[in-house]
Amino acid sequence: MRGAAGREPFARLVREHGPGVHRFLVSLAGPDRADDCWQETFLSALEAYPTLRNPERVHAWLFSIAHRKAIDSHRKAARDVPVAEPPERPAPEPPPRNGELWSLVRELPPKQREAVAHRFAADLSYRDVGDAMGTSEEAARRNVHEGLRALRQRGEVLRA
Amino acid sequence: MISQMNMDLEAGLRGQDGPGELDERLLQRLADGAGRRGLLDVAVASTDTPIGSLLLAATGEGLVRVAFDIEDSDQVMEQLAARVSPRVLEAPRRLDPVRRQIEEYFDGRRTTFELPVDMQLAHGFRRKALGFVAAIPYGRTASYKEVATGAGSPAAVRAAGSACATNPVPIVVPCHRVLRTGGGLGGYGGGIDRKEQLLRLEGALL
Repeated sequence: MRGAAGREPFARLVREHGPGVHRFLVSLAGPDRADDCWQETFLSALEAYPTLRNPERVHAWLFSIAHRKAIDSHRKAARDVPVAEPPERPAPEPPPRNGELWSLVRELPPKQREAVAHRFAADLSYRDVGDAMGTSEEAARRNVHEGLRALRQRGEVLRA
Repeated sequence: MISQMNMDLEAGLRGQDGPGELDERLLQRLADGAGRRGLLDVAVASTDTPIGSLLLAATGEGLVRVAFDIEDSDQVMEQLAARVSPRVLEAPRRLDPVRRQIEEYFDGRRTTFELPVDMQLAHGFRRKALGFVAAIPYGRTASYKEVATGAGSPAAVRAAGSACATNPVPIVVPCHRVLRTGGGLGGYGGGIDRKEQLLRLEGALL
């Protein structure tokens, strides 16, 4: 039995999508800021949930909120640390095990960075990546591939 | 060659350290934040008792649901989302007072619950009947007929039975204290064994 408005209990969304959203935020915002972003993401979602238009697209919806929170967090960090650093660059953080790779991801252009995080940290299909970013599946695929190509090049430069 | 490199790269990106399950502290923080912002419409938690695990749910008004483990907890949560609010969140701390009193009850240290109760899931005659049931003292019993009479409709014995069967807050509203005329146990939402256990605990049954 579904809710009258087809709405699942919010607790189930948290259990189902919470881990993926957290991985996504660790990738995009870095491990230090991921918890705060995660908290803000789910509070915003909880507030808007009863009036959400398309409950069946909840997955893409959550990740688009998470993405906004990650951007807000970058902006806030840039304001708080008035250092001569490119503003979209996150503050240095202790990397997770494959943190080196992800810190390269965080230096990609925004669309590629977001697409790669959706695809690999959140484990979304290309269609869902497109949904979450408001683009076509094709564009999502392209963004991911361009991101991967850029990462490969950066990797080779670093190894050389 | 290139696709091999791509696969290595993808494997590296996927092999991220991260919880497959959420850190409980994150969940607790979310529940606390939701409470502060007035977004915690339905708080849920479970608690272990000698008669199995109970699912508890509370609104801002009070305890709104107690479910035995023979009910599917997914379904109970869906029912809460549909009938109360979809803002259902796990919030164990919010239900600490309820859990404490239930624990004391099963330890035999508590004979009355001092908890706000939200009866919004019971309507009409059923709610009236449960209002009468709520006043049956610890260790005592009443018949379905007495419940019907107490609720103002002496002939509605069957309806009194279904009021008990659909009681949204068993144990706290003690429908286990309602028996057939003549002492037969009657039915129980949590199963007849549980009813017997509760009555024994209260000394109403030897």
